[in-house]
Amino acid sequence: MGRYILSRTVQSVVLLVFVSMLTFALIHAAPGGPGVLLAPGMTGAQIKEAQRALGLDDPIPVQYLRWLSNLLHGNLGKSYGQGLPVSQVVISRIPLTLELVVTGMLLSVVFGVLIGVVSAVRRYSIVDHLATGLTFFGMSVPVFWLGLMLIILFSIDWHLLPSSGAVTLGAAATLIDRLKHLVLPAVVLATANLAQIARYTRSSMIEVLNADFLRVARAKGLRERAVIYRHGLRNALVPVVTVVALGVPRLVGGVAITESVFAWPGMGQLAVDSALQRDYPVIMGITLMVSILVILTNFLTDLSYVFLDPRVKLTGTR
Amino acid sequence: MASTARDDPTTRDVLRSPSRAGRPGLWRRFARNPFAAAAVVYLVAIVLAAVFAPLLTRYAPDRIIIGQELQPPSAAHWVGTDQSARDEFSRLLYGARISLAIGIIAMLLSVTFGTAVGAVSGFFGGAADAIGMRLTDAMLAIPVFFLLLAVLASVGSSVPTIILAIGLSSWMATARVVRSEVLRTANLDFVTAARVLGATRLRLLVRHVLPQAFPSMLVASTLGVGQAILIESALSYLGVGVQPPTASWGNMLSNAQSYVFAAPLLALWPGLFILLTVLSFNFIGDASRDALSPYQT
Repeated sequence: MGRYILSRTVQSVVLLVFVSMLTFALIHAAPGGPGVLLAPGMTGAQIKEAQRALGLDDPIPVQYLRWLSNLLHGNLGKSYGQGLPVSQVVISRIPLTLELVVTGMLLSVVFGVLIGVVSAVRRYSIVDHLATGLTFFGMSVPVFWLGLMLIILFSIDWHLLPSSGAVTLGAAATLIDRLKHLVLPAVVLATANLAQIARYTRSSMIEVLNADFLRVARAKGLRERAVIYRHGLRNALVPVVTVVALGVPRLVGGVAITESVFAWPGMGQLAVDSALQRDYPVIMGITLMVSILVILTNFLTDLSYVFLDPRVKLTGTR
Repeated sequence: MASTARDDPTTRDVLRSPSRAGRPGLWRRFARNPFAAAAVVYLVAIVLAAVFAPLLTRYAPDRIIIGQELQPPSAAHWVGTDQSARDEFSRLLYGARISLAIGIIAMLLSVTFGTAVGAVSGFFGGAADAIGMRLTDAMLAIPVFFLLLAVLASVGSSVPTIILAIGLSSWMATARVVRSEVLRTANLDFVTAARVLGATRLRLLVRHVLPQAFPSMLVASTLGVGQAILIESALSYLGVGVQPPTASWGNMLSNAQSYVFAAPLLALWPGLFILLTVLSFNFIGDASRDALSPYQT
């Protein structure tokens, strides 16, 4: 166990360095530096001067090593756009995004597993067909369009929920107000992920329901409910864990669009803004954080198998 | 033509896949799924409509009909006009050309690249496998959509750069599937037979191993078109996709958002077309996965 964790940690760090090199190379190699965008009226000489001041005229490997060495000293650099340290800019946006992502994840896991189990147990019933329709819808609908349609219905036509922001500006902050703002973005963010989880839960559950050990459980006289939920569900959920973990990058990607549709002032918006303004230090900072999150999730997922499925044995190497 | 393992009578039985005997035809198994059949009909219709757009529309997609801004649906404009007084129906059909073309070409690129990475990794193993799979892992750990935004904002968006960006950032799933298929088949008897008969490594890979991965590649391609269309629409929505005045479903939608109070229906149509098209590709991908699966009859 100790050896496995050590070896995976080393692998993760190597992967992370590789990720940062790849990202750095991609965004810095793309023509058109940030200087052009920061002040559209600048002359060629002024742009050159600004780029030299930012160290952007050095070869890319030199720039990368400088970035890496700063990073190791805990310094992610300064945002070109806002002039503030990247860590400060990013951290200030985390709580709101966390609120959205955690709610979205909870919604998609709870309802995804529920829908998946019910449609597997009642296979080929009307409920199952409806659930399948819903999952296909969730996988195919453009996130921002779904957001737009919900805004038209719930905010414009029915005046039930606010269409943008995380709180009502200028009003007293209440829990109800916050929850009202959270509903639509969280539902939109959860949809695609919920569909995937429901789909995998269904097929995993169907497979388990045909397994020999369930026949044994029935044969020894357990009630059907106990058979399905105590013996079936527990085993069906093992592969679902992977899908939930795979959902993390999907949610992080979805959050950028969801936050843009609902003007939710979180990290997703910061990411989109920094990308469009080519604010390299912020882009690198966010990419690094998201990659750490994704790699860590994968690691924890693999570890969780050991606890969920006693047949899984760990080995030091892959 | 040089003799191949397939022509050799002693290996012919080994080469014939046992799972295919006595099953109904692929097409019949596929068409048994009513959703997939409907999806095929829809896609054929939308492709024909896109190809013959000039014959089916009365107005050019960027023609401005003075004084006819934001008109509701009427006999002259079937789904109304947009804020610049352009015929929305016409833009939907011409937009279909762009959106479908981006989806299909980006998919071809991503499947080709993914297959190359997966095949080389799985077949040659060792260092090739390590490099290929670490690259795949890294791309999967990167928030790719966000990176696409950054790169497209720098390079500038045009249809070719969008296709390139989507294609080169969505090949990872194909690479993994193809690699595992190659690993599964590389040591099967018929491949060993071909190797014993003296086939070169390249020939083994291209003629004997890769065709076995074809069903998975087909499924990945079908699902890939839908994904690419979704990504294009999201990029256009954020302003780094297809640039106006060229119409794509994504940028029509992004444009409609500003007039969501005045003309809510304007936002409905392009989104509905994206939804139906992606849904169709997903139905077909799913049905072909079922039809191609060797474990079902």
